[in-house]
This record gives sequence, C-alpha cells and structure tokens, in this order.
Amino acid sequence: MREVMTGNYASAYGAKLARAEVIAAYPITPQTSIVEKLAEFVNTGELRAKFIPVESEHSAMAACIAAETAGARTYTATSSHGLTLMHEVLMWASGARLPIVMTNVSRAMAPPWSVWVDHMDSVAQRDTGWLQFFCQSNQEVLDTTIMAYKICESARVMLPAMIIEDAFILSHTSEPVDVPDQRLVDSFLPSYSPDLKIEIGKPMGFGSLVKPDQYMEFRYKAMEAMTAAHDRLLAVEREFRDVFGREHGGLLERYKCEDAEVVLVAAGSVAATAKDVVDALRAKGHKVGLARIRSFRPFPDQEFKALASKVVGMAVLDRSYTFGAAGAMFTEVKASVYSSQKRPVVKNYIAGLGGRDITPKTIEKIFEDISIVSRRGLEDEVEWVDVAGLPRRWR
Amino acid sequence: MTKSYEEIPLTPISSTPSTMNLTGLWRVVKPVVDKSKCKKCTICWKYCPDAAIKLVGGEPVIDLMYCKGCGICSFECPAKCIVMVKEG
Repeated sequence: MREVMTGNYASAYGAKLARAEVIAAYPITPQTSIVEKLAEFVNTGELRAKFIPVESEHSAMAACIAAETAGARTYTATSSHGLTLMHEVLMWASGARLPIVMTNVSRAMAPPWSVWVDHMDSVAQRDTGWLQFFCQSNQEVLDTTIMAYKICESARVMLPAMIIEDAFILSHTSEPVDVPDQRLVDSFLPSYSPDLKIEIGKPMGFGSLVKPDQYMEFRYKAMEAMTAAHDRLLAVEREFRDVFGREHGGLLERYKCEDAEVVLVAAGSVAATAKDVVDALRAKGHKVGLARIRSFRPFPDQEFKALASKVVGMAVLDRSYTFGAAGAMFTEVKASVYSSQKRPVVKNYIAGLGGRDITPKTIEKIFEDISIVSRRGLEDEVEWVDVAGLPRRWR
Repeated sequence: MTKSYEEIPLTPISSTPSTMNLTGLWRVVKPVVDKSKCKKCTICWKYCPDAAIKLVGGEPVIDLMYCKGCGICSFECPAKCIVMVKEG
C-alpha cells in the first residue's frame, strides 16, 4: 500500500514490519519521530514489543545488546552525538556477534552546533564492525531495514547493521512509500532464533576474557563474517526483488556507468540529485555516470576494481572530512583501485558539510572538473567545494 | 592450547562462574582484623570491591580465596582495626 511518509516514519514502519521485539531508544534531533512513532505502535498494540525508554544512547545500545543476547530481535535509532556516545558499546555489539539493527539519522558533529546532514557521525563509526548502509530515498530506508535483519541474522554473518538516512533531507521530507504487506514480510523474514542465547536455568558468561593465545581467532571469525556479508547482501536483495518487485543496487549502485568516461562516487540522498545531473549531461552528449556507495561496510572493493578498469576519472564526493587525511570515502576508493590493472584519476570533493546544499549546478561543475583533470592531470587531490573565501565558484 | 578459529564459538562464552578465578592468589598484603577494636559498623563490608568480606555475628571475616589485598577496608575503617600485613 502506497503512503506518503517521511524517512523517519519509513524507518519506524520498517522496524514494525520486521517485528522488532525490543526497542530501546533515547530521543535526539532529527531521529525523534522514529521512536515516537514506534512508541505509538507499541502503545496501540499494533506492534507487540517491549519499549524501553533509557537515559542515554549508551544505555540504549546496552539494552539492545542484553535483549539480543537473550534471543530477541532488537531495534534502536539515533543520530550524531547520540551515535558517537554509543561508540564503546557499538564495538561490543559486533564483537559479541549480535545482529542488532539501528537507524542513524546522519547529522553533522558539533561544534559548530548543527542539526543538519553530513556523514561525519556515521563515517566515524566505520571501524566498529557494523555493516553500514547509506540510503537515498525513504523507500530504500524502509526496504533496507527489513533486508538488514535478514542479512545480519544469517548464520554466516551475525553482525549488527546501521542504516543511514540523511538528516531532514530524508528524515523529515515526505515521499510516496510502498508499505509492504505484513504477510509478505513474514514470509521473507523468519523470526529470529540464534543458536546461542542466555537462558534461565542455564547460566553462561558472554564476552569472557580471552588471553593473547586465543584473541585473534575471534577477530578472524568476525572478519570472515563481514566478508560473507558481501554475497549475503546480494543474495538477500535478489530474494527481496522476487518477493517485493524492488531492488536498490547491491553494494555499489551503478547508474549509467556502462560506457561512462568519468563517474561521480557519492553516498546518501545527494546521489538521487546526481542521477538527474547525469541524465541532463548525457542529453548533451557527455559520457558520465554515478556510482553510489550503498554499503560502506562491507566496502564494495571488487565493484570498484571492476569500475576502475572502465573509466578515466572518478570524482569522490565526501560529505565529511577526516582531519589530517582526506574524505574517508575517497581514501577507501583510492586504496581499492590502486591494485586494479588500469588506474583512473581519483579526486576528492568535500561538500555539503553541516547541511550545506549540494545543488545540481555544483554537481555539474564537479563533473566538468573531473573531466578536465582526468585529461590534464591532478593539481590538488582534495578540494573543498563551495567554501566562502576560496576563489573558485561552484554554483 | 590455541584452538583453530574453526573450533571456537562466535564470541567467547564461559559456562563456569567467575568465582572459579581464585583472585586471592594475586595478593601480596593481607588485611588482619583486630576484633577487640571492631565497632561492627560494617563499613569494610560495604566498601570491599570484591565482596570478599563476610559478616559473622556482625564482625568482618576476610575470604582469603578472593581478597586481592587492595587495602580499601583498612583505609576506610573508622576504628582503625584493620591492618595490612605483608604475606610471608
């Protein structure tokens, strides 16, 4: 059934359709309406779940870890400073191999204080062992929530997942969303029953101390699981398409990349804008494409290597900046294509921090720039886009 | 013996309680209670971070299987009746 809803309601409907059994959350702008809606579902009896209000995001994740250890399917949502407060327990969730699903409404880090979109909060958690899925539409937010449980709960993965929706651009903007039938979701996503869980009358300690002689083997297993998540995502999405008639492009969505000379690499809602720009530029005869990072963890390494052999230039747009290095997506794309046989020119564009609009005109100028530097060679590897005081004009 | 990654569970799980670890073996000094000075205030019992003090008839008895010899009981005792003595 198609309904007009915000990205936040799409998240709430996703968790409801997945029949989350325990929801523990703390409100933060712009995530609040996700958990408000879920609290309403629980209150009216539409969703049979235990709703735990907590005193901080650290506690929210700790409650999810405990409930998941007891064999419950759990859900939480947060944003920005809430996510970074969770950092310690995010590591615990993945090391304990608990397939928790969480929405992060991606928002800039302060100071300067900001409630608007950028990806610094999410990118800062990339090493926590969570799967990270960036979404470009409200439909994708809902669908990815359902798919995430199926990917994460499979025996070969057993890792948590973070679904990333851009602050306000998705979280508070309404779009038509197809809300799938509960019976179809139930047939797609079976109930959660892990092999090992805490049970009454059978005391066990989880996450025990291991000495240096055994630690690495546990980390190796988690590495294998994250690697397996790559193929598992593709398989789950194929199955999703067969049941619901939709798909969202695997780990790296390639839009008009087949004969492209230069491509823009981006994640999140800006990718949807970039598709319009690609269409407009193609109408004028420019061979451009878009490669959208949908899964940042696991990273689409083999997809980038394959793409690198076909194009002469890659413009990597980062909506965050790693001080002392460059945009995180840029450094990862560059590392990935380094060992491919043919290496394109790769340039980093830092744009849209703290909710600054990335307009079609700006994206068009990035395409122009990457086309030029692909032929003439790079001057600066990293360029900040649309900063007042810098000579270059981007819109 | 290090087990192969294929033989271990997803995350370390113990089926025995942590009381199996006799932490008293770490101790280099031990608390000795002078019962003639003890006021039975139970402050030592409340402060012991390892729950290694039992109250018997209101008086503290140190469980030396678990007491690590941290000295907090001795420091907190208002009657100054607990002294730390070097293990022989």
